Amino acid sequence: MLAAAVAALALLPLGYIAAYTVDVGWSGIQDLVFRPRVGRLLWNTARLVGGTVLLCAVLGVAAAWLVERTALPGRRIWHVLLVAPLAVPAFVNSYAWISLLPGLDTYGGALLVVTLSYFPFVYLPVVAAFRGLDPALEETARGLGLSGWAVFRRVQLPQLRVALLGGSLLIALHVLAEFGALQMLRYPTFTTAIYDQYRATFNGPGATMLAGVLVLLCLLLLLAELRLRGRRGYARTGAGVARPGRPARLGALTVPALLGLAGLVGLSLAVPLVSLAVWLVRGTSAGLELGVLATTTGTTLGLAAAAAVVTTAMALPAGWLAVRARGRLTTLLERSTYLGSSVPAIVIALALVTLAINVTPWIYQTVPVLLAAYAILFLPRAIVTVRAAVEQSPQVYDDVAASLGSSAPDRLRRVTLPLLAPGIGAGAALVFLAVVTELTATLLLAPTGTTTLATAFWSASSAVEYGSAAPYAVVMVLLSAPATVLLSRDARRGLTT
Amino acid sequence: MSSLTVTGVTSSYGATPVLTGVDLHVPEGGLTALLGPSGCGKTTLLRLIAGFDDPDSGSIDIGGRLVAGPGRSVAARRRRIGFVPQEGGLFPHLTVAGNVAFGLPRRQRRDAGRIDALLTLVGLDAGLAQRSPHQLSGGQQQRVALARALAPEPSLVLLDEPFSSLDASLREETRQAVADALAASGATAVLVTHDQSEALSMADEVAVLRGGRLVQLADPRTLYRSPRDLDVATFVGESVVLDAEIRDGQAHSALGVLPLEGSCADGPARVLLRPEQLRLAPPSPGAPSARVRGVDFFGHDARVRLELPSGLALSARLEGWDLPTAGADVSVGVVGAALPFPAGAADTPATPVVA
Repeated sequence: MLAAAVAALALLPLGYIAAYTVDVGWSGIQDLVFRPRVGRLLWNTARLVGGTVLLCAVLGVAAAWLVERTALPGRRIWHVLLVAPLAVPAFVNSYAWISLLPGLDTYGGALLVVTLSYFPFVYLPVVAAFRGLDPALEETARGLGLSGWAVFRRVQLPQLRVALLGGSLLIALHVLAEFGALQMLRYPTFTTAIYDQYRATFNGPGATMLAGVLVLLCLLLLLAELRLRGRRGYARTGAGVARPGRPARLGALTVPALLGLAGLVGLSLAVPLVSLAVWLVRGTSAGLELGVLATTTGTTLGLAAAAAVVTTAMALPAGWLAVRARGRLTTLLERSTYLGSSVPAIVIALALVTLAINVTPWIYQTVPVLLAAYAILFLPRAIVTVRAAVEQSPQVYDDVAASLGSSAPDRLRRVTLPLLAPGIGAGAALVFLAVVTELTATLLLAPTGTTTLATAFWSASSAVEYGSAAPYAVVMVLLSAPATVLLSRDARRGLTT
Repeated sequence: MSSLTVTGVTSSYGATPVLTGVDLHVPEGGLTALLGPSGCGKTTLLRLIAGFDDPDSGSIDIGGRLVAGPGRSVAARRRRIGFVPQEGGLFPHLTVAGNVAFGLPRRQRRDAGRIDALLTLVGLDAGLAQRSPHQLSGGQQQRVALARALAPEPSLVLLDEPFSSLDASLREETRQAVADALAASGATAVLVTHDQSEALSMADEVAVLRGGRLVQLADPRTLYRSPRDLDVATFVGESVVLDAEIRDGQAHSALGVLPLEGSCADGPARVLLRPEQLRLAPPSPGAPSARVRGVDFFGHDARVRLELPSGLALSARLEGWDLPTAGADVSVGVVGAALPFPAGAADTPATPVVA
């Protein structure tokens, strides 16, 4: 029951868009959607998504191969440095670049900034896949007389396919949903168009129909991924951990490889950090309002904590059922939360605003609506970790405890909760950190007068007050850093959204 | 320490019957093995006894106390049973001591002497008490699981395939330690296994389950020598099954005239021999002959695969120091009696088997 309610909430925005589309009718859709402007947006969005995915795939696989499979010096440090860009939210990265080079408001600029923000999403799963590759396969291939390049192309690449696909899908969904970074670069896509429409006409049918097209694109991507993945199993056969392989020697190519990695890290990490530092210095010299910064940070942390508690609590029944009562219905419930959160934040926000105004005006512009949006967006992060924890505490512990005379509440206290605690904690932490840097939904749904780090940063940088925006960005980066460390350690976790 | 009586227990999973009318009695202090292939319902029966599930009908009685029956179901935690699951099931968030003390009353949980005594009982060094479960070997984990189960002095200990995840060398040693600990504690025990050698070597009595029914309940020797039907015979050990004609209390078979165990009506029948009853000798006229197809050498003994002139394949179990080579012709002799199963009588033995 609880799980069903959670799934229903997650699907609320989708349902709203669908209902609205039916309401508008075919002729209405024709009027609103088949316009040259929508065509231009579609072209802009498609080429940005395509370009970013391609670039990220090349950069991610190359970096992963260098770090995981070669004798490059300092591989551990490189690994952390290559994951670190995740600590810089895309809209902060975008701000860092555009404030240095105002000429970046082009396709090339958008491609550059978005790629640098998102390539770790390919890098991380591919590193994990490289780590899981059985070196015996590679050795067999070498034994059969294949060259190093042929081994990579014919043996390793096919096995990286699933990781690469997963990472690419993630990037495509993120680019489709990206709002802040593109708005700042003045690169028009569906998200920015929806936002402008919403600002201009509040909740006109135009915005909703654009959202419908955007959702359709997301669903198409998900469907494509499902089909590609469904055809072949992606679990590694055989038990045990694969023996680490012998790293490839780069020889004369070591220096160019190092320069390449240094370039990538420089562009994705050093440029934004230096830019932030420069603006921080300039901003503080103009006078830093510490009080405002502290209140904003407090508000953000409070919201994030509340969202973490609410979302994790909602994730518990779904994660528990998905393992303990496996079946079509429970899988469906779990999946529907994933589907719900793959809808771009701008669409979720738009749907919740409209629903709140029309159905329950008394909660419009209140914190609960904002928390609901966070929950829809970040539920899968919590569910995945809770699920993993439940999987590690099978029924047998409960049975044994019962046979030893322990009552149900006693079992909950002495067995179930201690076993689930790390998973629940990790899930809550992931949600917490995601909320800290959430911009889009907060921008649309935050009650008047409530300012978070992201929205304060946004209003300052939109007014081209780069200096006064910097402190907020710095706090966000500092708060995101722990999550990044977590990710670089456990490459598989937390990558489902 | 109590006896266990299961009467007419039936259980089904959805529409599929899992157990049909199972009767079982385990005497006080005895160790009974539930033996059967996977899917025969043995684990289900164990879970019903433990109280994790309820039977559809029938009753279960532990030490004279009805724990499951019409309109009555005592919760698992009130049945005073000790449960040792597959792979131990040690709580990963607790130390060895924490695991062993789990079922003890709160005041006794900190009693180090008590925990040391329990660890010693299962043959473990008391120095392991502060380790985490993942720092132990598979065999040590099983022993800790047994110590945990024995700690609250249960009336009945249930072991669900406790050795199946251990490798061969560790299995032998752990079996011995577990058998000793159970004997020392005097506990009544039920052991679920699909390994016939484990059932035969550890248990006082073996209950063979097949297709949800209890086929035979007997002590290991009786079970091996006088199985109820040929199916049980081949399940509990390697068999040599021959077609024979029974005349005047003797079996006339491809291996000559064999004496019978028990009596049997004249007529066609099948007889059971064990491979270790066969003896090989150089070929001699008049004696049944066979050709050696191959030899599986195990060191302490060997299996010699034979083919009779009729084309029938059978195997002999011989000591390892004097073996024929593949391709040789030998004569085959038989030691001891053959157990007859009249043909057409659904493979049931002619004489009632003593349980």
